[in-house]
Amino acid sequence: MTQSSDLRAEIDRIYREEYGRVVASLARRFGDLDIAEDAAAEALLIAIERWPSDGIPPNPGGWLTTTAGNRAIDRIRRESLRDTKHKAAMMITDDTPHEPTGPVEDDRLRLVFTCCHPALAPEARVALTLRLLGGLTVEEIARAFLVPETTMAQRITRAKAKIKAAHIPYRVPERDDVTDRLGAVLAVIYLVFNEGYLAGSGADPVRTELTAEAIRLGRILRQFLPDEGEVAGLLALMLLSESRRTARFAGGELVTLDEQDRSGWDRTLIDEGHTLVRECLARVAATSARPGPYQILAAINAVHTDTNDARDTDWSQVVALYDQLYAVTPTPIVALNRAVAVAELDGPDVALAIVDSLDLSGYHAWHATRADLLRRLGRSAEARGEYDAAIAATENPAETAYLARRRAHLVDPGA
Amino acid sequence: MTQYLLAVHSSSSDYDRSFEEMQPVFETVDRFNQKLVADGIWVFGGGLERIEAATTVDGTDGKTLVTDGPYLETKEYLGGFWVIEAADLDAAHQIALEASSACGGKVEVRPFQAE
Repeated sequence: MTQSSDLRAEIDRIYREEYGRVVASLARRFGDLDIAEDAAAEALLIAIERWPSDGIPPNPGGWLTTTAGNRAIDRIRRESLRDTKHKAAMMITDDTPHEPTGPVEDDRLRLVFTCCHPALAPEARVALTLRLLGGLTVEEIARAFLVPETTMAQRITRAKAKIKAAHIPYRVPERDDVTDRLGAVLAVIYLVFNEGYLAGSGADPVRTELTAEAIRLGRILRQFLPDEGEVAGLLALMLLSESRRTARFAGGELVTLDEQDRSGWDRTLIDEGHTLVRECLARVAATSARPGPYQILAAINAVHTDTNDARDTDWSQVVALYDQLYAVTPTPIVALNRAVAVAELDGPDVALAIVDSLDLSGYHAWHATRADLLRRLGRSAEARGEYDAAIAATENPAETAYLARRRAHLVDPGA
Repeated sequence: MTQYLLAVHSSSSDYDRSFEEMQPVFETVDRFNQKLVADGIWVFGGGLERIEAATTVDGTDGKTLVTDGPYLETKEYLGGFWVIEAADLDAAHQIALEASSACGGKVEVRPFQAE
């Protein structure tokens, strides 16, 4: 009994691991996502039926792709009375290799560019990427983003219908466009990561399935585009953030960087992240290319993870990197994060002046930052109001717990 | 190859502009049209008269109903369009980008239904 359920879990694991590869390969061959997905699902049923007696094949991914491919051909033949399907069936007997597509040729890479196409709504891009490349079920994606399953199913169906009707290509964009389009892909992966790293709402403060999935997609992308600095930068950024994941929470409460138990950080992930950051720095030095935002963010995280004591942090380095980041992406959120570093270097009064100049009153982190600066300046009454505003603006339970504790520890000037 | 509609939405104020003002736009669009023809992707295209010139004909109830003006009251309406042939949406977007800069307006890209 245990053995068979272990085997079933192993089959599910393999299926999920290989799903993106199977679907991407079939989508390229048949030019149709529904055919690809249905055939992949049929291949899983056959695996569940056969693998317990036959054993898991030596190359399960290849087995699933071949089996799914055969299923798809069967289906198209069955339906080939209809003219268009007949054409499709003719097409698949044509075994000329698929056309080369620029720098790298991998079906999953083509598919990720399709899923993250700018013609699709941003929330649909995220959902499609997780479904088709991550192999997450619609139910899992719906749960992760806290929307009803029917809503998520509709979102995915609509996006797939647009891909089909508008002929969004399964292709890695041309060299000239790849940087623009890569930006959309990286944004989707980082969004998945962030949603997992500090969940917007819901009972769980962290969704490890999302952070793990984002890192896996980041690794796949890096494998195909090893010379793209931003790809390396994003992966490093995610690894260095992930390395601190367990230390970020204690008793259901968020623990800020300065208070974290650094012995709980994952050294393996930190080493891997630092290696990637060094590689980015070397590339920037060699080509004098301006590093993009992910590389700079990764470098900031590298500085933070470089010391075993928060007091040894090289804040002037952090502020310099934020200056660089602000030059590339001049957003108020970057300015806010820069102000946090400025507080360490030049004092909370200087930082507060920066924070007050930012129009971010709807953003919980703006209130939380203001609250902390006011607390450090001894302006407890104002700080209390800001903690209240921050608590009202966040739905993450661990963050609420942290803010409530900080508020409770304020020295009451009136008392 | 798929056919795509490249639609340009206009408002009354666009039509109020003088001929002299519009002359350079007409010339740019004309050059763009010639390029589409030369590249073999042109199917059809043209500019439409103002919305006041529109009539709505309704034969759905077995009766003929002819009314002045468009079916819907909107500030923006179809002012002109192209129908082009493109390999896929990326190719269509590229052409739409040129169309937009030629006509000086936003261009909606919409695929035709498969036959």
